[in-house]
Parts: sequence; C-alpha cells; structure tokens
Amino acid sequence: MIEFRSVSVTYEGARSPVLDTVDVTVDEGELCLVVGPSGAGKSTLLRCVNGLVPHFTGGTLAGDVLVDGRSIRDNHPRDLADVVGYVGQDPAAGFVTDSVEDELAYAMESLAVPPAVMRKRVEETLDLLGIVDVRGRPLATLSAGQQQRVAIGAVLTASPRVLVLDEPTSALDPQGADEVLAALRRLVHDLGVTILLAEHRLERVVQLADRVLLLAKPGGRAVIGLPADVLATSPLVPPVVELGRLAGWAPVPLTVRDARRRAPELLERLPAGDGSPAPPRAGRSTAPPAAERQLARADGLGVGYRGVPALRGVDCTLISGQVVAVMGRNGSGKSTLLKALMGMVSPTAGSVAVGGRAPASLRPSVMVTLAGLVPQQPTDILYTESVAEECRTADSDAGAPAGTCRALVTRLAPDVPDDRHPRDLSEGQRLVLALCVVLTAAPPLLLLDEPTRGLDYQAKRRLVAAVQALVADGHGVVLATHDVELVADVAQRVVILAEGQVVADGSTADVVASSAVFAPQVATVLSSPRWLTVSDVAASLAASPSPSSATSARCPVVSP
Amino acid sequence: MPRLAHSLRQPRSLHPGAWWLWALGLAATTSRTTNPLICLLILAVAGFVVMARRSRAPWAYAYGAFLRLGLVIIGVRIVLQALLSSESQGIHVLVVLPQVPLPSWAAGIKLGGLVTWEAVLVAFASGLQLATLICCIGAANALASATRLLRCVPGALYEIGVASVVALTFAPQFVADASRVKAAQRLRGSDAGGLRSLRRTGMPVLEGALSRSVELAAAMDSRGYGRRNDVSVAARRFTTGLVLAGVLGICVGLFGLLDAGTTDWLGSGALVAGSLVAAAGLVAGGRRTARTRYRPDPWALPEWLVAGSGVACAVLMVVVSRTSPDAAVPPYPLQIPELPLLALLAPLVALLPVLVSPPPPDRLPEP
Repeated sequence: MIEFRSVSVTYEGARSPVLDTVDVTVDEGELCLVVGPSGAGKSTLLRCVNGLVPHFTGGTLAGDVLVDGRSIRDNHPRDLADVVGYVGQDPAAGFVTDSVEDELAYAMESLAVPPAVMRKRVEETLDLLGIVDVRGRPLATLSAGQQQRVAIGAVLTASPRVLVLDEPTSALDPQGADEVLAALRRLVHDLGVTILLAEHRLERVVQLADRVLLLAKPGGRAVIGLPADVLATSPLVPPVVELGRLAGWAPVPLTVRDARRRAPELLERLPAGDGSPAPPRAGRSTAPPAAERQLARADGLGVGYRGVPALRGVDCTLISGQVVAVMGRNGSGKSTLLKALMGMVSPTAGSVAVGGRAPASLRPSVMVTLAGLVPQQPTDILYTESVAEECRTADSDAGAPAGTCRALVTRLAPDVPDDRHPRDLSEGQRLVLALCVVLTAAPPLLLLDEPTRGLDYQAKRRLVAAVQALVADGHGVVLATHDVELVADVAQRVVILAEGQVVADGSTADVVASSAVFAPQVATVLSSPRWLTVSDVAASLAASPSPSSATSARCPVVSP
Repeated sequence: MPRLAHSLRQPRSLHPGAWWLWALGLAATTSRTTNPLICLLILAVAGFVVMARRSRAPWAYAYGAFLRLGLVIIGVRIVLQALLSSESQGIHVLVVLPQVPLPSWAAGIKLGGLVTWEAVLVAFASGLQLATLICCIGAANALASATRLLRCVPGALYEIGVASVVALTFAPQFVADASRVKAAQRLRGSDAGGLRSLRRTGMPVLEGALSRSVELAAAMDSRGYGRRNDVSVAARRFTTGLVLAGVLGICVGLFGLLDAGTTDWLGSGALVAGSLVAAAGLVAGGRRTARTRYRPDPWALPEWLVAGSGVACAVLMVVVSRTSPDAAVPPYPLQIPELPLLALLAPLVALLPVLVSPPPPDRLPEP
C-alpha cells in the first residue's frame, strides 16, 4: 500500500540527510507503528506519505514513495487527499472551520463529493468515532480527546485508504487516549484502513500494532518487523518490554496481559513479600527528615474563572526534598493549582502561601526566588535568539551572578550548544533550558506543568535524572502530569485531583498501585505495590541471594 | 428544493445572506434619516427580531454588546459637542460651563462655555443614527455569524472566503496566546514593563502564530484545498474584468442611493447593472474550482420574505425622504419631529421576519 523506494530526504542547509535510503513496504490493512527518538525523522517519514515532504516543506528527495500506486513525485498533497489522510501533531492547529460537522465535511467539499454522499459519510463518521453527541458544537469547546477524534474524522470522510497519524495520543490524558485508540482499532478492524502512526508513548499503542518500523537514529537504517522482534532490540521500549528483557523472557511480552501470565516465575525469584517495607528505591534517596521544611501550603484553596470553579477547597502542604505528582483528568484543576502557587491566579476562597507569603501579592522578581514554574509550553518563556543569550538574560532577570544559568545548563544538559536557537533544540533540550532559566533565581520550590509531553524515553530519563539531582539538593518539586510511568519513577507522593478537589493524597505506592487508571505497567504485571518500575525490580533481584543474578547479568539492564 | 424548505414554521436556520440583506436594508434606512423617533423605532425592531429569532450559539449574544457600544457612541458624541459647541448652534442655553482660554492660533475653537439645547439635541440625533447603524450590523451578527455568511461566498471567491474565515478564527486565538505568554513572562521574574516586555511577549506570540499558520496550511493542503480545473488565461482575464466592472457599478450605485443629493434613478440603475455584471463574473469564475457544498442553506420562501422586508423598508424610506424631507431630516432640533404614516410603516415592515421566518433549530420549544 505504501512503498518507500530507497527514500532519502535532506533538508535545505542540513549537512546530513534525515532519512537515508529507507526501503520499506507497508501492506494494505496493516497498522504500522513508527518508533524512534526525537529528531530521528519520524515526522519526515510520515509527511513523505502524502507528499508534504518535499512539496510543502522543501528539501531534497531521492528515491520515491508510492501510495496505492501513485507517486508523490508527480502528485501534490492536495491531489493525494482522496488516498491519504494526514493528521498532524496538534489537531487544533489544523482546524479550518469552527464547528464539528463543517470540519468533517471540509475535505469532501474540496474533493467535490456529491452532497448526498457527503451527508451519509458525515453521519457514518460521527458514529464510527463516537462523536455524535458533539456534532453541532463549536470546535473550541471540545476536550482534547474529542478534538483529536474530530481531526481524524475530518480526514476520514474523504474515505482515504491510508491514514497517517503523528503522535495522536501524546497530549491526551489516559482517558482521552483510550477513546482515540478505541476509534483507531475500529478503523483497522471494520474498514481495513492502512494506518501509519508515530508515537512516543509506546505503552499505549504497541498492542495495536501489526508491525513496528524503527528509526533508531537520524540518517540511520529503517528496520521493520513484528513488534516483538523489533522491540527486543530497540533502544526505545515501554516498561513492560524492559521488564521482559530483565526477566529474560523470549519473545518479549508486549502487553500487560502477556507479561502477567509469566509473572509468577519472576515473582518466585524476587524476595518474598514478608510484610517488610520495600527496599529503598534506587535514585530516590530522600533528605533526612530534620532538613525538611515547609515550602508552600494551601488551605481550603478555591479558584474560579468567571464564576466557573476550577479548584474547590484544596488542602495540601509541600515540603522540601520531596517530589509530589499532581494527577487527574484534563480540566481537573492541575494547572490551576500550579498557577495559584505562582500567584498567576488569585484565590477566591481559602488561602495559599509560598514561603509564608501570599503569592498573588508578590512582585515577579520576589516570586521567582520562592517558587519557579516551567509552563506547559516551555517556549512561552524563551524569547531570545540563542541559548547563550537566553542564559545571559536569565541571569540579569534573576539578579544572579553572570554564568549561573549556563552552569546549570552544563550540569543538567551538557550537550546543548550555546549558539543554537531555542526553537531548533529538541523538545527535551528545550524543556531543560526552560528549567534552567527558572532555576537561575534558585527557588526552593519547583513546579513542572506536563513536562513529558512530546518527550521520548531518553529525554524523559534525563528529566528524571535532573529532577532527582534537584531533590537531592533539597528542592521541593511538583509535577502536574498524566504520565504514570514518570510518576512511578520519581514521585514520592501523589495527589489526585477531580473536579477541583483532592480525591487521594498519599505515597506513590499506595495511591498509584491501587488505581485502575493510574497504575504503572510493572505494578500491574506483578500485582504488587512493592515494585513500580523496572529499576525497582532490578534492585530487588540484585539484593536477593537467589541465582537470579546470573539472569540479570545476561540481560541488558536499562535503568534510568 | 424540498417543499419543507418553503415552510414558515418548520424549524431550521435561515440562510445567513437573508439576515444580512435584511440588516443592510435596515442600515440603509437608518442612513437616510436623523429623525430620532424613526431611529429608536428601528432599534426596537432590530432588537425584537433578534430576541425572537436568535439561536443559542455563542455569537447570538452579540446584540447586547453592540447596543452598549451604541450608547457609548451617543455619550461621546454629546460630550464632545457640548465641549466644543458654539453660539451659532442655537439660542436656548442649557448650561454654562467654565471656558478654557485658548491661544490666539486656535481662534475659532472654543472649549467649554455656553452649551445650547440645540447643540446637544443635534449631537444626540446624529449619535443615535450612528448607534442605530452599528446595531443593525450587530443584529446581523447575532442572527447569522460572519463566518457562516462567508461559507456562502460564490465559488470564484472561495479562496478569499476561506482566508477571511481563518483570519476571523485567528484573531481570538492571537489574543489568548498573548495573554498566556504575558502570564508566563512573570515566571522569568522581570519586573520590567514597557518596550522590553513587549518584545518578550511579542516574539513568542508571533513565532507561535507563524508556526500555527504553517501547520494550518499543511493541514489544508493535505485535505485537498486549492484543487482546481484547468482554465485558459483568456477566460481568467475575462472573468476578472467582469467582476471588477461589476464591483465598480455596485459602488457607484450604492453611493448614488445613500447620498440623498444624487438622483435615485442613476443610483438604482448602476446598482442593478453592476450586480448583474458581477454575478456573471462570479458564475464564470466559479467554473475554475470544482467544489460541492455540505448541507447548503436553502434559499426558499422565508429567505425571500425576510430579505424582501429589509429591502422594502429601505425603499419606503427613500420614498419618505422625497415626499416629506422634514420627517427624514428634522430641521428644527427643538421641535418634536413629525412622523408621517409612511415613515412609521417603513421600520414596521422590517418586523415581518418574526412572522415569516422559521424558528432556529436549537431553540427550546416554546411552551
């Protein structure tokens, strides 16, 4: 269905090609998952399929891509609109109209589909994607998951035989991602659409994939094969595969169900749960209790936007040397809580204090010495033309000695070059740069809003290391996130919000492992809150005197 | 066309063009009169129709905002006139304000001093006229959003229509972005304001808008935007010529009709001829793009009646301004203006849509 014939793509001004002689065929009716670190050319590969590369983006294309027998050399994206449906990373940015039904019909109008057919296809698509109840709503009022499904529907109405999706679930909460994935499953099974899909959150999608296409590094070889085969050697794997490698299972399990069937064997090798507390977890050394001090406190905190309450009576205390994860659905008040701590919104009820002072009344220059927030889009606080310039202004903004920010960058992300434009950095590097800018004022409390959005596993690992280093220094860290694996990795405490209220607050093991939605894969596989991550299991295996040490030595242990 | 479309009772949303024609008719009526009674009547009619026929969409509450804007305009107009009024504007003194002495080069301008009833009432009347004009546009906005109207542009203007729609949706997004980035700048801890902070907010907002435009363009391209049939260069030039000539004719015609000084025959003649030529140009140009339309709003009996009522209102007013010019533009501001039956009838004709237009589909059924 999609045939890449020794495709190489070199962007203008680039020294080396992004894709180098990719020879891959995706069969009809197959769901093919594209895996690779940021910058390895996943998006370029996807955009080749409908000719956006090179017709739209520029660059040099060698070789050819054939879709349903049509070459992208002779056809522009608009000419391929009836064969390929392409949905970009941010669905909202691609909306042309302002209501759901119009958006669904837009592509068909351009293709001159007869009105009667249009009407029928819109109705079918509404049903297929489960968005009937929002059919008349303005697009801006939809949730992120609904928007993503509308964006998929909007290309699907042109009845393409190929669907290309660039990170369809990265920005979604687990519930929204489930809705989108259920819709995709229906498309593959009922309509036989060929789907090419790139995603960082492998744990969500890998069980849907028929085959996996691995782009291990920029300009490297593309490998395609059955998921179990490719993931057995891939540098990027979901936790369940990592656990399978650690335990020495072959073929590696792809789903939690697979792994759970083999779990009893692994549990035998692990030290028995004799009621003793779990061994201290690697990288989570907490500061001694004496050093703990209270950094911020909310008492019955309520915040409303134009009369709509976002927080209703939140009580919580944040202390130094602790990582707290704030979880909950989109719109449950996570971001609002962080904003209230930074004084960006004023409480309408109760009180909030950071370092003993009310944040809303503080001047920005004082506020940043008490708490620092890295916003959801790190680019919001980056505005200069180079990394060096950014560091200089950060120093002068914070009144810190020259070189403070650059020293932080060197420590947390040594490979970030001075002369690069912040927009040209990878997502992970940009996040760390924003983090350093915020840290320049040396705030004891650090707030991160949705930090792992769009990060690959390597960037995430570096973020985890950075957070652990900060906590070891005695910082308090708050993460507002959907990412359960990140939470399992770094957080000591989890606060779950729903409709602006705290519904759970306790240690990570207690809150997360017992949850149906927020449980990390390892905890689900081993059905025990003692092990939340693969490194927990590795530590236990190493500590136990059983002969399992031989096993763990045989397997490549990937620990953060 | 289905018979149902002609029904005056079957709930459906009216063609946006009908509402805009109706509102433009009201606006044309307003532009020919400074009679406060007629203006107030038009305001009331527009308000009543909006209340009776608006949907529950977010833009349906636009009329109130336009009404407030109108009040501000009247207020500003009166205050300015009172401050700058001179004795030549009347003899009935309302109040004497302290006069600000101005240097000799500003002779002829007076700040403060005598304020006459005449000056204030004239200012009120002209302010009310402007406010009524604006409210007519507000009524059209509340009944059919500009976005919906732009969806109906003929095929030849399709690209321009889409560009306008995108611009309309970008504006609020831009404002939201700017406030988000401004809030985020607080996180860098700089207390500086003014130009420096403008640059800090400006760069991320502009970069964000630019990258979103590129994303949107990519999405539109991959969804078939801009597919077209091949047409010869000569045909394209002919089309362009037709459209330009038509638009010129329409402009001349509108000017002639709205300006009471020129003869009406010239105005209406040029308007009709211009419209026909432009329509021919659009039809010819429309062949270039092959598109179909999803659930187009039908143009049936209710549309004819609604648009007709607006046009009839304007025509009646033209007649009034010829037969009794004193009613259209009252010469003595202190007298209660005369109101002949025909002048009363003109705005009331525009009330017809309440009876002849179908109720909007998303309204709750009336008890």
